[in-house]
This record gives sequence, C-alpha cells and structure tokens, in this order.
Amino acid sequence: MKDWRYWLAENKNTLVAIALFLFMFIIYASNHPAGFTANVVQTSANKATLLAFVAMAQAIVIITAGIDLSVGMILTLANCLASWIVVGTMGETLLGIAGVLLAGALCGALNGLIVIFGRLQPIVTTIATGAMFYGVALLLRPFPGGSVNETLADAMTGKLFGIFPASFAALIAVILVVWVPYSRSAIGRAAYAAGSAEQAAYMSGMPVRLAKFTAYVLSGLLSAIGGLYLTFFSYTGEAAYASGSTYTLFSIAAVVLGGVSLMGGRGSAIGAVFGALAFRTIGDLLFVFDFDPLWQPLFQGVVLLLAVSISAVGLLRVRNKLEWFP
Amino acid sequence: MTSGTTPVHKSRGLPAMRGVEPAVLIAFGCILLLLVVGAMYSRNFLSATYLLQQLKVASFLGVIATGTMMVILLGQIDLSVPWVVTAGAMMACAAASFGPVGAVLAVPVGILCGALIGLVNGFATAYLRIPSMIVTLATNAVTQGLMVVYTGGFSPQDSATPAMRWLATGELIPRVPNGVVVWVVVAVAAVFLLNRTTFGRSIYAIGNRERAAYLSGINTRRIVMLTFVLAGGLSAFGGVLLAGYASKAAQSMGDAYLLPAIAAVVLGGTHVLGGRGSYLGTVAGVVLITLLQSILSVMQIEEAGRQLIFGAVIVVMLLLYGRQKAL
Repeated sequence: MKDWRYWLAENKNTLVAIALFLFMFIIYASNHPAGFTANVVQTSANKATLLAFVAMAQAIVIITAGIDLSVGMILTLANCLASWIVVGTMGETLLGIAGVLLAGALCGALNGLIVIFGRLQPIVTTIATGAMFYGVALLLRPFPGGSVNETLADAMTGKLFGIFPASFAALIAVILVVWVPYSRSAIGRAAYAAGSAEQAAYMSGMPVRLAKFTAYVLSGLLSAIGGLYLTFFSYTGEAAYASGSTYTLFSIAAVVLGGVSLMGGRGSAIGAVFGALAFRTIGDLLFVFDFDPLWQPLFQGVVLLLAVSISAVGLLRVRNKLEWFP
Repeated sequence: MTSGTTPVHKSRGLPAMRGVEPAVLIAFGCILLLLVVGAMYSRNFLSATYLLQQLKVASFLGVIATGTMMVILLGQIDLSVPWVVTAGAMMACAAASFGPVGAVLAVPVGILCGALIGLVNGFATAYLRIPSMIVTLATNAVTQGLMVVYTGGFSPQDSATPAMRWLATGELIPRVPNGVVVWVVVAVAAVFLLNRTTFGRSIYAIGNRERAAYLSGINTRRIVMLTFVLAGGLSAFGGVLLAGYASKAAQSMGDAYLLPAIAAVVLGGTHVLGGRGSYLGTVAGVVLITLLQSILSVMQIEEAGRQLIFGAVIVVMLLLYGRQKAL
C-alpha cells in the first residue's frame, strides 16, 4: 500500500464528517433567505464554534476510551467565572482569561486524577464531578449577571478583514496550538494506543497514565475555552443546569457525527469539530425551512439517535456471533 | 472480610450476599453516622414522623433506583432516567384528562410509556450493539423533544388523578405513607426476581461475562432488552408516584434523579461494571442519599453547596470501595 492509502484509511471518518458538513451547509446557505453572505457565515460560525470547542474536548477523552460527562458543566463554570474576571483593562482581561483557562484545566485534572489514580469509572466520576462543578458555578453566579470586556468580546465574535469570522480564526488557532502538537506527540500517540488496547500499550512501555491524564486536562481546558466564548456571545454569566447538560449531550452527538469511535482509539478532534459544525447546521436547517422552534429538540434528538444507530452497520460484517460481545 | 457479627451474615447462603458485605456495611454505617449527626443538630431527627417522612421521599428514588440497579448489574447504564421519569409523570397526567376511563388507565399508561422508551434502549443496546450510555443519552434527548412538543414548552395543566395521589401520599396502614408500601412491594418483587428466577440469575451472569452467558445457552440479547424495558417502566412508575406526590407533572422534574439513582446503586456496593451487587445495598444507598439530601437542606445549605457536597461525597465514598483492579 502506498502512503496516501494509509493516510486515507486512517482519516476516512474525518473526511466523511467534512463531506457531511459541506453537504449540510450548502443546503443551509442556498436556502437561507439572505443567501450566502459574510453575515450568514459569521452568525452560524459563532454558534458553531462554541459547540466545536466542547466537541474537541469530548473527542480527546473518548479517543482514550473514556468519556467526560462534565464538559458542559466545566463550560458553565468557565462562563460564570469569566463573567467575574474577564473585565477591566487589557492587562486585567488577559489575566482573567488565563485564570479561566487555568480553572478549566484544573477541573479536567481533577477528573483525570480520580479516573486514573482513583481507578473509578469515567461515567460515574464525571457525572459526580459535574455536579460539583455546577455547584461551584452556582456559588459564583446564584443569579444570572456579570459582564465581560466588550471590546474584546466584539473582536472575538466579529469579522476579520470584513469577511472571515473571527470565531473561526480562533477555532483554527486552537486546533493548531493544542490539537496538532498533541496528536503528533508521543503522549498523543499513547492516548490513541491506550484507547484501542490499553493493556498492550502498557506492556509496550507507553506512558498510558500520563496520556490519559493529559487528555482529561486538555478536555477541561477546551471546555473552558468554550465557556469563554459563551461569555463573549452572551456578555453575562449564568449557572444554567439545562444548558450545561445540553452541551454535554451535543458534544457526544458531534463526536459521533465526526466519526470518532466511541470504543476509543479511532477518529480525530478535527472530525469532531466538523461533526459539531454539521450538527449545528442541522439544527439551523429547521429555521431556514420555517419549522416551529418547538420541534427543534425532538429533531436534534432524532438526528443523534440515527447517528449512533449508523454504527450498527458494522454488525453486518460480523462472521462469528461471539464478536457481538466485546 | 469480617466474620459473622452482623445480621447481614444470617443470610450468608443467599447468592446475592456473596462478596458485597463490606460495601453494604459501610453504607449502613454511614446511615447511622448521618442519623447521629442529624440528631445532634436537631432532636426531631430521630422522631418517627420525620423518619417516615424521609422514607416516603426515599420511596420515589427507591423505585427508580431499582430499575437503574438491574441495568447496572448487566454492565450497562441507563442515562435516560431524567426524561423517562418526566414522561411517565406527564403521560399519566395527560391520560387523566380523558375522563373516567383515563383516570383508571393513568398509572398503566405512564408505566407503559416508560417501558416503550426502555424497549428502544434495550433493542438498540442488545440487538444493534450500540453502547448503552450513548443510546440512552439519545433516547433521553428524543423523549425530551417529544415532551417539549407535547407541552409546548410549558408545564402541562393536567393534574394527577386521585388514585395517583393515593398511591404516593395516602395511608393504607395508619401513619405509613403508601409510597413506602409501594417501594416495599417493588423491593420484594425485585429481590425475588433477582435471586429466585432464571431471569434474575441471567442478569448476574450477563453482567459477569456476556460471552460465557451466551455460550451457556442464555438468550442474552432478549434478557438485556427485557431488563431495559423493566428499568424504563420502573423509572416511569417513579415519575407517576412523584406526580401523585406533587399532584402534577412539571418540566425537568426528573433531572434531580439521574445522579442520585446511579449513586444510590453504586454506593450500595453494586459493581459499576456489572455482575455483582445486592438489592439490600441499593436500599441502603437510597436511604443514605435521601438522608444526606435531607440533612443538607435542614442545615439550610444552599443549592450550590448541596451540589458540591453531594458530588464530593459520592466521589469519596466510591474511592473508599468502588475502585477497579489495577492494570
């Protein structure tokens, strides 16, 4: 096999996710009443980036065969924290941003420590820590309120050179700064290895624990970036339980649409990003075609259910019934 | 571990008791500790009225946790609890608005709706082999969508039938709320099912190793599916009781039950990966969680602090005895 064939086999799912997104977006843009303009792109980019950050967070953990059901709550916590400290002069604002990112990474580190060194199940652990993060968010913001440095917020959600959405630029920057070096490093490869066969990776002397820990920390960090962006859009902080759990749910939907294997070891955060963009576009299609907004949650749920059912196609390839049971 | 000093060991021969004593003992120990702490805080804490009131509140969680436990015993998880609870409550109340026939059918309709959602969960998990965690999240979202469309996004106007209210708050036996009686009935049925029927023993077998169970001739896929149906029905029944207690259904009334139900099961010593656990442990877990919530609210700690302490307690207790084997 030639090199490009290996590359194609490894990135097949990501490419499918990109194609799905392009398909959805063309339908969306060509039916949008305002047509395909920079403003349409900017509005959809702003809504989608938020989910894209959380989806990356989720993908990085799922690749190690774990799951992080606290991403939405870390996002909520970061939102509430940002509405306190991302204010004032440019220097104070930057310090505030650093503080929010640090808080997110600490939340992720707590998850990682409990899962790896406490040896607890990721599902139960992250549901419980999610409750704790929500508690902290509620302590910070018992009532919705607060503010954010609006100059920065407008810059981060506006347009670069009058055309390109700034939120997309931020998303691309984060992918280049966080995901690309991570996935190419020894730790990132160990994370993939731990996801596909933990025992074998351990026996081959790979830094399995460090890789899983890094994955959880990055997940917390990326969720916090999502929370920062939520603050930039909304200008306020709010400890909303429903919105937090919705983001967790959507992050899993985006990861599934993005072709990341839920068993771990396959897929990429870039696929998850396009999964998030596609999922958001699907939600927006309803508005373009003038459906009652009441139907949106049902529609998104059905899309999620269908997306996860696609993985059942693999059953057709099973020759031995014992393979049903992992 | 420790040898015959507690009543638990009288039933040592029962299969469900094997290997779970430490966790169940710790859970009961924590209940005693909470009662002592509570009694120091306020004298009313040990009064029969207060304890029965707590048992009544615990009974809703108890019914829901019964289903959660069976699913966890299989080695699966049911994250659709929040909206199945809500759907059970809303559909029962909706049926109640159809005159006398509806009033009679209210409770069965609610349970049936939950069982239907459970059927989807079970079919996708058992026959399509999709991870239960993902499927149940998806059905949770679909159910939420259905309920939002049905109610128009507001709390429905229909109210609970007298029968539902009687089930939750009436007193068949003087001073003992019917909710507690219902839980006892469910508990006895669950213990019988888990320990004395092929179905129940198959659940344990599948939780230990589904391959081995399949090769021993158990129709594992059917059992997994039926267990999810049962769990869905029980969650919805919990919702029906809750609606009877509050005399109406409300949006997101089930949100407060996902973490407590899973926590109660796991704190009661049921292994998260399935195959091991006793119903007695789940009872202990349910009572423990209810008491903890009650004490936190008696001490007038705000919602934020309650969430924080609640999550922390669960993590710490799991670290004490819920750890997996080292790699």
